Amino acid sequence: MIPASFDYHRPESLAAAVQLLGSLGEEARAVAGGHSLIPMMKLRMAVPEHLVDLRSIAELKGICIEGRAVSIGAMTTQAEVIASDALAQVCPILRETALQIADPQIRNLGTLGGNVANGDPGNDMPASMQVLDAQFEVAGPEGKRKIAARDFYEAAFFTALGEGEIMTAIHFEAPSASHGYAYEKQKRKIGDYATAAAAVILVMEGGRCSQASIGLTNLSDTPLYAQAASEALVGSSLDPAAIDAAVAAAEAIADPVTDSRGPSHFRRKLAGVMLRRAIASAQNRAA
Amino acid sequence: MNEQTPIAERAEKLQGLGCARKRVEDARFTQGKGNYVDDIKLNGMLFGDFVRSPYGHARIKGIDKEAALAVPGVLAVITAEDLIPLNLHYMPTLAGDVQAVLAHEKVLFQSQEVAFVVATDRYAAADGVELVEVDYEELPVVVDAAKAMAADAPLLREDIKDKDEGAHGPRKHHNHIFYWDAGDLEGTQRALSQAEVVAEESIAYQRVHPCPLETCGCVASMDKVNGKLTVWGTFQAPHAVRTVASLISNIPEHNIRIVSPDIGGGFGNKVGVYPGYICAIVASIVTGQPVKWIEDRIENLSSTAFARDYHMTGKIAATKEGKITGLQCHVLADHGAFDACADPTKFPAGFFHICTGSYDIPVAYVGVDGVYTNKAPGGVAYRCSFRVTEASYFIERMIDVLARKLEMDPAELRMKNFIAREQFPYTSALGWEYDSGNYHTAMAKAMETVGYQALRTEQAANREAFVRGETRSLMGIGVAFFTEIVGAGPVKNCDILGLGMFDSCEIRVHPTGSAIARLGTISQGQGHATTFAQILASEIGLPADRITVEEGDTDTAPYGLGTYGSRSTPVAGAATAMAGRKIRAKAQMIAAYLLEVHDDDLEWEVDRFQVKGNPERFKAMSEIAFAAYNQAIPGIEPGLEAVSYYDPPNMTYPFGAYICVVDVDVDTGVTDIRRFYALDDCGTRINPMVIEGQVHGGLTEALAIAMGQEIRYDEIGNVQGASLMDFFLPTAVETPTWETDHTVTPSPHHPIGAKGVGESPNVGGVPAFSNAVVDAFAHLGLTHTQMPHDHWRVWSVAQDLGLHG
Repeated sequence: MIPASFDYHRPESLAAAVQLLGSLGEEARAVAGGHSLIPMMKLRMAVPEHLVDLRSIAELKGICIEGRAVSIGAMTTQAEVIASDALAQVCPILRETALQIADPQIRNLGTLGGNVANGDPGNDMPASMQVLDAQFEVAGPEGKRKIAARDFYEAAFFTALGEGEIMTAIHFEAPSASHGYAYEKQKRKIGDYATAAAAVILVMEGGRCSQASIGLTNLSDTPLYAQAASEALVGSSLDPAAIDAAVAAAEAIADPVTDSRGPSHFRRKLAGVMLRRAIASAQNRAA
Repeated sequence: MNEQTPIAERAEKLQGLGCARKRVEDARFTQGKGNYVDDIKLNGMLFGDFVRSPYGHARIKGIDKEAALAVPGVLAVITAEDLIPLNLHYMPTLAGDVQAVLAHEKVLFQSQEVAFVVATDRYAAADGVELVEVDYEELPVVVDAAKAMAADAPLLREDIKDKDEGAHGPRKHHNHIFYWDAGDLEGTQRALSQAEVVAEESIAYQRVHPCPLETCGCVASMDKVNGKLTVWGTFQAPHAVRTVASLISNIPEHNIRIVSPDIGGGFGNKVGVYPGYICAIVASIVTGQPVKWIEDRIENLSSTAFARDYHMTGKIAATKEGKITGLQCHVLADHGAFDACADPTKFPAGFFHICTGSYDIPVAYVGVDGVYTNKAPGGVAYRCSFRVTEASYFIERMIDVLARKLEMDPAELRMKNFIAREQFPYTSALGWEYDSGNYHTAMAKAMETVGYQALRTEQAANREAFVRGETRSLMGIGVAFFTEIVGAGPVKNCDILGLGMFDSCEIRVHPTGSAIARLGTISQGQGHATTFAQILASEIGLPADRITVEEGDTDTAPYGLGTYGSRSTPVAGAATAMAGRKIRAKAQMIAAYLLEVHDDDLEWEVDRFQVKGNPERFKAMSEIAFAAYNQAIPGIEPGLEAVSYYDPPNMTYPFGAYICVVDVDVDTGVTDIRRFYALDDCGTRINPMVIEGQVHGGLTEALAIAMGQEIRYDEIGNVQGASLMDFFLPTAVETPTWETDHTVTPSPHHPIGAKGVGESPNVGGVPAFSNAVVDAFAHLGLTHTQMPHDHWRVWSVAQDLGLHG
């Protein structure tokens, strides 16, 4: 449980961090809260020669809300996400998701950017980013660019983040004020990754579902945006047939590994149960 | 001392027996001022770290140390080849086997110790470990005890392949360790064949791990000038370690000092002797510097001391009315690669033959086959007396299985078969003499307190609502009634490596009326410094706050066999009371001299000797202590000290009634422990608050085992779940509220009537949880399901019963 030796850098501006990562090359890794990378280093499954710590870069922090446009700095901690009443006002699913990540001590250090950028299919925030259709802003040697959350994840720990790029912010349009939401997660104990989890945002108009968006956590080698399941709800009254169709569509794209949480077929069925409960909860919360 | 002070007030000031005295240890622990092994820092101290096997079974074809030795700070890489000249490549185990200190020629389990890297700091040692190159040739792996006994199973232990005779009798297969049995085979078979009803079940108790918060470790320091070896370590039995170390190393025992500093939980994990201790000692002798070795969490869970892994097959015979007429059990015991179980020598299956439980069963037979597999060695008593939690799980599940077959309420079936109060002392069919018990009263109190009949009524309503589709939750009620057997033990039949399992206490009363007591046990969180002072306060009349309790340093403490198996109160607690009585006897002579009366004219009262019929004439213990050191008394030596070595006449048999109510979500497999009631009878209660704390901790570990803990191996011998990501260590969030209660049935042979208690909740808790989960599905035909009852296993039960549509 002792990492190999490495050099530690703590730049104070984004430009300096990008330059450092560029000059140090592929043996350097950016570290945000460190709660994914450092355990991997202790197991020597990650052996970076340089750690570039982003914690002193003020421009990567903070939550900015203008109307329904939300921008969150990548180095904003989960605790800060939870504490923001303004954010909970326009987009409560992020507080609900963050509260189900690890435990309070880890949430004091773990960051939103780290959670979404690491590419671990067990991380919770990426599913909520799928349902919000968020945009990830990244900065690298070639300057800044935006990547859609739904295009970001390629495989476990493989993302669209390029060589030397740093995630800087998350942007999204908050759903309409009347939306309902839920993040339903089953885990074995505090601190655990999901056995299965489902994120749901939906809007009801005149007893009909006018918008629906569904994401799934830890049920494949990437977070899943369940498009067919979402579409199965739109236009329905969320009647049993529509919900059954959404659950079937979600189970169809879930391909969880067998692990100590249980065999694949159990976790796939559980995805359906979590989705069912998330839809019910979101429906209750929708105005 | 105010002579007008009433008796009750003086007694209260002593904070003796029965007082909910706050733990004196907690002042330092809650301020982070404990002194654990890893807190010890010595000048020039080096660090050792292990190269471990990535394979479950492989031949070692070569070890290349060169790259590791080139790492700055790495001083030595020790392998089996280096230990052979010292005859230390194998060490004796507590079970009469030998265990490789460093793997010689082949590795037998994943994580086995292969080489020991010694460096100037732990970082350099870890870098060195990475660079030791071991050339392995993989061999076929056996991780299933039944498959290990197949005729064509691979030979695991080449070092003993020609030995037909093991430490416990003949070996019938190359992977066999022993067969051990107890009871009347013929009589039991007759009872089974003539029975009106026979219930059968296969019950496996999965491999788990004690997982104390502090892992194992030591600092070994060989002083080459005076030839003295000092080892600070996480030892639950420091004197036994000293004797074993002397026998292995040929260092005279007076030149070895073993110190157990503060220990962060043991639960059986710290009873055994591990390769890390031996390697640290060797490295210190070789380098002349102190050497520290500390396990990390993964090493702890994967290499030092698993528990359980008992595969039990049982038959229980009864009349149609539910009177049990016989019990048979066979155990396939998976001991891993080396037989390193920590059991008294004569009992290779521990006290498993307590498995007739709390019931008056006329005839029984138990047979246990111990088997080698490619898994870590151990087999420790994880928060229980030796194999007692396996026995309790077996009988408490079998009773429930029988109840289903008889269509009888499981609580009623227990009531019908309890050993009656007037039958004590009771000799069981498997040979134990139960000292005292009052089972019917305890069970009746438990049932009345929880409202048992009302719970059954609610359950019936829940089942009907479930059928109507109004709920997806099923309610289960688990009943368990256990009898523990603790306090090993009488020297006539209990020893470890030939060391009799007595224990000891040495008391020195100081002139100003305070005292120090030293014991052969060692607290790992049990609160000995608090409770043993209370025993003594009541015995010698000095306030508990003026009595220091010291344990764990073999240079100062009297010889004892340590703390495990809930033996400290039954054995060392008894020694404390007996030593206290010796102090009092001498004090009586001193008081008689001072008061100028005959010894027999005095009587003891709380904190003083007073003249019979004239209580105004007295000498308080504090005055007597001063006189003992400052007054020349004819015929009496100065000083006030005593030692007692206590060989208990029998074990003690604490018992209890536990009732668990669980709600099971059939769609997710999530279980919600709605209620848990635990009634414990541990005889005389020394400190109710410490008892309650012990029960809370034990129940939480029982919850962990029943609902989630498992050290599993895949088919090629990879250990699964050896980190706290997977190994279930409940937090406050997962832990339900515990309701505790008690009855008091003193032990007739213990000086103060006390029995052990620390392990009872684990022994009784696990079957209570398991019975509750099975009970939730019992009306659908379920009689047994494999622990741990994690989400997917519970969900699978519902799936197999067709509850998912």
